[in-house]
Amino acid sequence: MKRVYVNEEWCLGCHLCEYNCAFANSGETYMPKALKDQKIYPRIQVEEGDGVNFAVSCRHCEDPICVKSCITGALSIDNGVIKVNTDKCVGCYTCILVCPYGCVMPASDGHVIQKCELCTQNSCGEPACVKGCPNQAIVYEDRGE
Amino acid sequence: MAINYMVPEYEVVRDPQRCIACRVCERQCANEVHSYDPELNCMRSDETKCVNCHRCVSLCPTHALKIVKNNDTFKLNSNWSMQAITEIYREADTGGMLLSSMGNPNDYPIYWDKMLINASQVTNPSIDPLREPMETRVYLGKKPDHVERNSDGSLQINTPPQLELNVPIMFSAMSYGAISYNAHESLARAATELNTYYNTGEGGLHKDFYQYGPHTIVQVASGRFGVHKDYLNAGAAIEIKMGQGAKPGIGGHLPGTKSVGDVARTRMIPEGSDAISPAPHHDIYSIEDLRQLVYSLKEATAYKKPIIVKIAAVHNVAAIASGIARSGADIIAIDGFRGGTGAAPTRIRDNVGIPIELALASVDRRLREEGIRNNVSIVVGGSIRNSADVVKAIALGADAVYIGTAALIALGCHLCRSCQTGKCNWGIATQRPDLVKRLNPNVGYQRLVNLVNAWQHEIMEMMGGMGINSIEALKGNRLMLRGVGLNEKELEILGIKHAGE
Amino acid sequence: MNYVIIGNSIAAVGCVEGIRSRDKSGSIAIIGDEPYSVYSRPLISYLLLGRTDEKRMKYRPDDFYEKNHVKTFLGHRAVKVDSKVKCVTLDDGTMLPYDKLLLATGSKPFVPPMTGMDSVKHKFTFMTLDSAKALEEVLQPDSRVLIIGAGLIGLKCAEGIADRVGHVDVVDMADRILPSILDEESSAMMQQHIEKHHISFSLSDSVSQFTENRATLKSGKKLDFDILVVAVGVRPNVELAEQAGCEVNRGICTELSCVTTVPDIYAAGDCAKSHDITTGSDRILALLPNAHMQGIVAGTNMAGGEEVFDKAIPMNAIGFFGLPIITAGSYDGEAYVTREPGIYKKLVTKENLLKGMILIGDIKRAGIYTSLIREKTPLDTIDFDLIKEHPQLMAFAKKDRKIKLAGAKQKGDA
Repeated sequence: MKRVYVNEEWCLGCHLCEYNCAFANSGETYMPKALKDQKIYPRIQVEEGDGVNFAVSCRHCEDPICVKSCITGALSIDNGVIKVNTDKCVGCYTCILVCPYGCVMPASDGHVIQKCELCTQNSCGEPACVKGCPNQAIVYEDRGE
Repeated sequence: MAINYMVPEYEVVRDPQRCIACRVCERQCANEVHSYDPELNCMRSDETKCVNCHRCVSLCPTHALKIVKNNDTFKLNSNWSMQAITEIYREADTGGMLLSSMGNPNDYPIYWDKMLINASQVTNPSIDPLREPMETRVYLGKKPDHVERNSDGSLQINTPPQLELNVPIMFSAMSYGAISYNAHESLARAATELNTYYNTGEGGLHKDFYQYGPHTIVQVASGRFGVHKDYLNAGAAIEIKMGQGAKPGIGGHLPGTKSVGDVARTRMIPEGSDAISPAPHHDIYSIEDLRQLVYSLKEATAYKKPIIVKIAAVHNVAAIASGIARSGADIIAIDGFRGGTGAAPTRIRDNVGIPIELALASVDRRLREEGIRNNVSIVVGGSIRNSADVVKAIALGADAVYIGTAALIALGCHLCRSCQTGKCNWGIATQRPDLVKRLNPNVGYQRLVNLVNAWQHEIMEMMGGMGINSIEALKGNRLMLRGVGLNEKELEILGIKHAGE
Repeated sequence: MNYVIIGNSIAAVGCVEGIRSRDKSGSIAIIGDEPYSVYSRPLISYLLLGRTDEKRMKYRPDDFYEKNHVKTFLGHRAVKVDSKVKCVTLDDGTMLPYDKLLLATGSKPFVPPMTGMDSVKHKFTFMTLDSAKALEEVLQPDSRVLIIGAGLIGLKCAEGIADRVGHVDVVDMADRILPSILDEESSAMMQQHIEKHHISFSLSDSVSQFTENRATLKSGKKLDFDILVVAVGVRPNVELAEQAGCEVNRGICTELSCVTTVPDIYAAGDCAKSHDITTGSDRILALLPNAHMQGIVAGTNMAGGEEVFDKAIPMNAIGFFGLPIITAGSYDGEAYVTREPGIYKKLVTKENLLKGMILIGDIKRAGIYTSLIREKTPLDTIDFDLIKEHPQLMAFAKKDRKIKLAGAKQKGDA
């Protein structure tokens, strides 16, 4: 299936992916309206190091420990995409406890979690982080895995 | 503190309704124009540092930024322009020569824009390139004077070495050092895919790029940086750089700050040392000397590679070209006064040399008059901006063109003309690792391929319109050109008629 | 193939999923003593909080059993397991022969004998949906609630009802709260935080006597209450296992494959022991994720697979009144502790491994630490100084990041 892969040698650490993610999941159609004067809660996070940057979002593991560990059944795999049913989620953070990539995070209200759903649950159509990456540092590809 | 006489050239205009303070502009500006004020939760700008490279504008996700000319102005004076005054202030501040980069930006005539291309109507039908074959392939190199046959009547194949190009467009010399590793990789991979050539410039060839050798022209310049036997044999052709359009009469200069790591290694010089090419080749003071170098290089490469001699377009260009055509060189490359550079003294860039259009026309005519046009192919560069310029150059007698600036623009260059600072925000004219990685060659090479493919389509459309289906039939075909707004002398030099004639 | 699963909670679901990953056609029977399709027990405190409801508490969609072709016997108890003839008998006499049996019998609340308990009118445990519903029925805005037990269950119960009653008292014999997952400093921090929500603690103390609406503690302290909740701990349901001849030692003993000492009988979930890799000991890790993973392994193996459950660690994600806690592993080793207002962080290392952690307040990306514990990543292969600051993948070597993020293959992979 198509996955988001990270080419860290091309990541500029510009953080555009975080803003594009937050915008894509805001439900708004105008970025300033969605994000101006807001703390953003992106589902992708840029790590910054000494001359190295990369963006990390859910790997959509084939054998996802977050799904196995979810105490409510809110996390499930749908066509390879790990999705969260925020109606069921109670924000216990067990998924945060177990995700080895650190890619599940509390949503802005703190009562449920959020994670990358490859923009399948918003109107973006394809992952907004990849679409907006200026240097192909993240790509959305099917490498036949 | 001394008085700052200068005023910022640009103003950074930020739309506060749109700016979301994402700080992308701040992170992307190597000139440190933008900064974030956490107390006000807003972005600030210091426009004195802005070079108008548009990196921030291009990456701003909300289109909140624009860079405008600062309309703060000195008292208007048609003679003493703001630029003239500012340059004096700058020189008075530092006592140093003014440095600039890319091509001459001044308002000299652009002859390409004063020539128009013909098209067929009624009597000689035009050709539709989408339906009929159209040949844009060219071969560069010395052509045989006459046909020779064996005793059994079969053809003797003794063509000197040639470069084969799918399109008459090559990427001109830009050294590794002046431009980045990733820019070089983009050019090398694009040249390979397009079946044309890129040119190492005078910085040598990085070992990673030997794999692209069959599509590489290796340059030998006055500093001989990075020149060795393997290097010479790695390329498809060797170019002797006698001059450069942006700075005729002087050598190259790579500041020590750009001569880092692999750049220095590739040039075979100590890291951090200025790489200063001498103005002349110290072993060349005559055509005979040039001939010696041409044949030395041929010897070193077993006569398998064409030798290019590149000169700047200067006053006596036709006579110089005539000498080169007799020196054993296979190709002459002529670089017009608008050609780009990574760094040149401003006065030289802006005042030395002549337009490539006039140089080309006179060289082509002179070589034909002397019956030695077939000795060499002619490649011209120095601000070929689009496919129409290519068509016009070929109609004026060129075999192919070099594009440098256009290629860099395809890679993202915004012609801010600040290459000499080494802080290119587009990852092109820099060696700073954090900036170099902004140019992903996977993106860059594809953009170059797209550009040349687009131009090829356009060239074929224009050729078809003229009723010409082979680039060879366009070469030197001045009847396909007409001048507009040119005087008798200009028309005479270009060898074309005026529109309406 | 006949699969029978005794128990209808998380391990049972894992088992069904494990079986069906290999065997689409074998018949599966589930016996559950509660009359509900599978729901998540830890959610009962969220139910009282109003953050979920009975419908949303369902652990799997309504069609789970149907889709997986599972025959259910809900509201029934298994009363006998005969491992000789391989048959389970239900309380109504139904006999269910099996080829492979899973004991996912879970645990039951432990209620110690206390003098005068009989005189208490409203007394509850807090483990099942029914127990939560029963408790909810008697809650009044001015109720005084006495909870015996300051562990995970007792305090989750306290949180669930705190805003719906007048006052909550918590009594525990231990000298601090949540002793099973927190150290002394973090216990004190959590106690302070919880006390802000009209919950009072009587620690190092226990009830010596109940008299209807009053508990007299050993210390002599008297606590008046309307409602009593006993949450001192749980005991695994091992009677059927013992009957079937399985070795039981404070939990059903299992191999890494989840098989018991009796062939074709497996055990998973809160009734079964697993191998805690952080201490090297076999013990019950009564945690929902472990129950599910154990169930999957058991199910897969029951259907002929060869899985092992070899990455069990104690771990908890819990929180009280908006202050999240994440803990994992064991705390025996060298500690690295940082404190900020509202934040406590302890990382415990031993023999070049991260062994355990306590995070309170800031739990961002905690799973990166958990995976270091679970995968036993040698700390000298990562930049531990960096990752100590906050969990990040930057601390891993570039080649490991390529495997994690860029799709590079592990050495040796095809």
